[in-house]
Amino acid sequence: MKMFSMDKKDILLFLCFSVAVLTGPIILEPFGAGYPDLLQKFAIFGIFALGFNILFGLTGYLSFGHAAFLGMGSYTAVWTFKLLSMNPIPAIVFATVMGGLFAALIGFISLRRSGIYFSILTLAFAQMSYNLAYSVLTPITNGETGLQLNQADPRVLDVMFGRDYGAVLPSSDFFGLDMTGYPGFYFCGIVLIICFFIAMRIFRSPFGMMLRAIKSNQNRMNYTGFNTRPYTLAAFVISGMYAGLAGGLMAVTDPLAGAERMQWTASGEVVLMTILGGAGTLLGPVIGAGAIKYFENIFSAFNEGILMGIYDFLPETLQHIMVSVSGLFVGEGWHLTLGALFMLIVIFLPGGLMEGFNRIKTLVTNRTGGGSDGAATPAAAE
Amino acid sequence: MDAILLQILNGLDKGGAYALIALGLTIIFGTLGVVNFAHGALFMLGAFCAVSVKAVLSLERVVEDPNQLTAWGTPMEIRTPFVEVWFGDFGATILDYSVPVSILIAIPVMLLIGIAMERGLVRFFYKRAHADQILVTFGLAIVLQEIVKAQFGANPIPQPAPEAASGMIDFGIMVGIDAGNVVYPAWRLIYFVFSAVVIGAVFAFLQFTTFGMVVRAGMADRETVGLLGIDIDRRFTIVFGIAAIVAGLAGAMYTPILSPDYHMGMDFLVLSFVVVVVGGMGSLTGAVSAGFLLGILQSFASMNEVKDILPGIDQIIIYLIAVVILLVRPRGLMGRKGVMEH
Repeated sequence: MKMFSMDKKDILLFLCFSVAVLTGPIILEPFGAGYPDLLQKFAIFGIFALGFNILFGLTGYLSFGHAAFLGMGSYTAVWTFKLLSMNPIPAIVFATVMGGLFAALIGFISLRRSGIYFSILTLAFAQMSYNLAYSVLTPITNGETGLQLNQADPRVLDVMFGRDYGAVLPSSDFFGLDMTGYPGFYFCGIVLIICFFIAMRIFRSPFGMMLRAIKSNQNRMNYTGFNTRPYTLAAFVISGMYAGLAGGLMAVTDPLAGAERMQWTASGEVVLMTILGGAGTLLGPVIGAGAIKYFENIFSAFNEGILMGIYDFLPETLQHIMVSVSGLFVGEGWHLTLGALFMLIVIFLPGGLMEGFNRIKTLVTNRTGGGSDGAATPAAAE
Repeated sequence: MDAILLQILNGLDKGGAYALIALGLTIIFGTLGVVNFAHGALFMLGAFCAVSVKAVLSLERVVEDPNQLTAWGTPMEIRTPFVEVWFGDFGATILDYSVPVSILIAIPVMLLIGIAMERGLVRFFYKRAHADQILVTFGLAIVLQEIVKAQFGANPIPQPAPEAASGMIDFGIMVGIDAGNVVYPAWRLIYFVFSAVVIGAVFAFLQFTTFGMVVRAGMADRETVGLLGIDIDRRFTIVFGIAAIVAGLAGAMYTPILSPDYHMGMDFLVLSFVVVVVGGMGSLTGAVSAGFLLGILQSFASMNEVKDILPGIDQIIIYLIAVVILLVRPRGLMGRKGVMEH
């Protein structure tokens, strides 16, 4: 199969990635991130960003509406739980399919335009979905409360196979394995590894090359007689499927779907993750997603008491000043940090963290006189 | 007929706000070629200028009056705003008119903010991709709104309209309809007139002054204007400041209609961008007319009669129209050829 046509660097990268994901709980333990809830988020947003990157990183089309597909995936997954089965497999399959279909519909219209028009169109569609989910579609989405499981849900398949959850509210389980905590993380993690593999194949394929060509000069592509629309649409649908899948996984780990997942701030978040990690690189978006979720977690937990402790070594007046200044950036003010980070990255490091790593690498290799682009870190191959 | 007139009026104030923000966006885009996602934040900052002015004017002097006792037997505290202490009745009037008065503060403040933004950040992005411009200004917008949130809290802060303008106006009588049929809040009409005046002023400025002429020439062909020995960059900086003023004034005057909170800018920004795109990127008249058009259409869509036929239409009408227009007329209503196309 194609697996064998991968070059050694890629196989190494893929293996390293898989090992890193699977040993995530151990590796991230020292950073205080080794608990399942956060790890699940890493994996889920990693998938989301990975998919977004296939569109934005490769074709350069900046979508501001990807949260709509994420929300679509969540709703679909919860409905699958309600109607069919609590098994996560059908839920994520349907979520992926629905995300893809929704993306096909929106992409078909939005991709008629490029540049800022495209961004606005996707934004418009996402806002439209968000507003509708809150108002008219309440019978389907349960509006502001969010879509929840119910004890009295039909769950046709579960009934057929004689699964009875008794008098408690069921949570999703993978053939008897409860999808919360570490099993939930490993489920998401394995899906992430599969997604990463697919993304890698896309990056290395002629199709991926075509998408990159569209980014660098779409006009020239058109002049050579190439119809670029099917390619951009395919990229859009694929990234929509990734988003749907991520939304589905969100519902798997926590069977609840709310319209706020579709809000455009959520779309902005995935853009930031991709940019932070490095748009157009394979590993960047996953790192970006992890970094943002990690710092969100750390920073939002900070409060004045902890800050006082950190600045303990300073004289008292200075300590108070420092605490009140940094207090702006943590806890409730985490978004301020996010915004500032956003600006700093775009201004100083347009290539994201991956570019930063590469710069450091070049610096080091140049200093040691190596000079060649050795395969010290396969991650930097992109 | 009455109902239609009422809906048109309803749309005018919102349309005015859209038009003002969209106008600024278009000017910035037309001159500097920058897609400014922080423009909504400027609108929000303008609104908070009004909030701050009100807060400063309401600073009170507290005097304990030993002759009057509260229910607890302590001397009653008499609170009088300093402006009233100093200026008497005139001071009370100023306090009452805090929203219009805030315009005087908002103009220089917004000008400074605009120039600082252009010199400090935006000018480094002229040559970068539009995606980068969008992203950096988006980040700036988040930063600005979080600062405001840290300063003023997350809850909306109601701003009263001046006493004289807080009532209703029977608009019907003015146009010959029976009294009582078309009654409308006075401040909203004032806002519409205000936005029309500001729009007119901006157009007149661009049309009838030498400065405006240079700016228009720069919009058409920046390079040639530069070759003629005109420092177009400095003028464009001022243009950015003007666009910031327009957005700030739109925000300051809007506060009695919508109590300002820190994310009001984002809500308006998304809609204003849609307005700009519908009007046609780079077309000033397009932006203004699309602003009013969409404002009015939105108010029609929120009529109960319409909602009965098409439920939820009021929520999506603007986006729906944007989609249709972009598909039918890809450059927007009045878009020029060659603007923002690659």
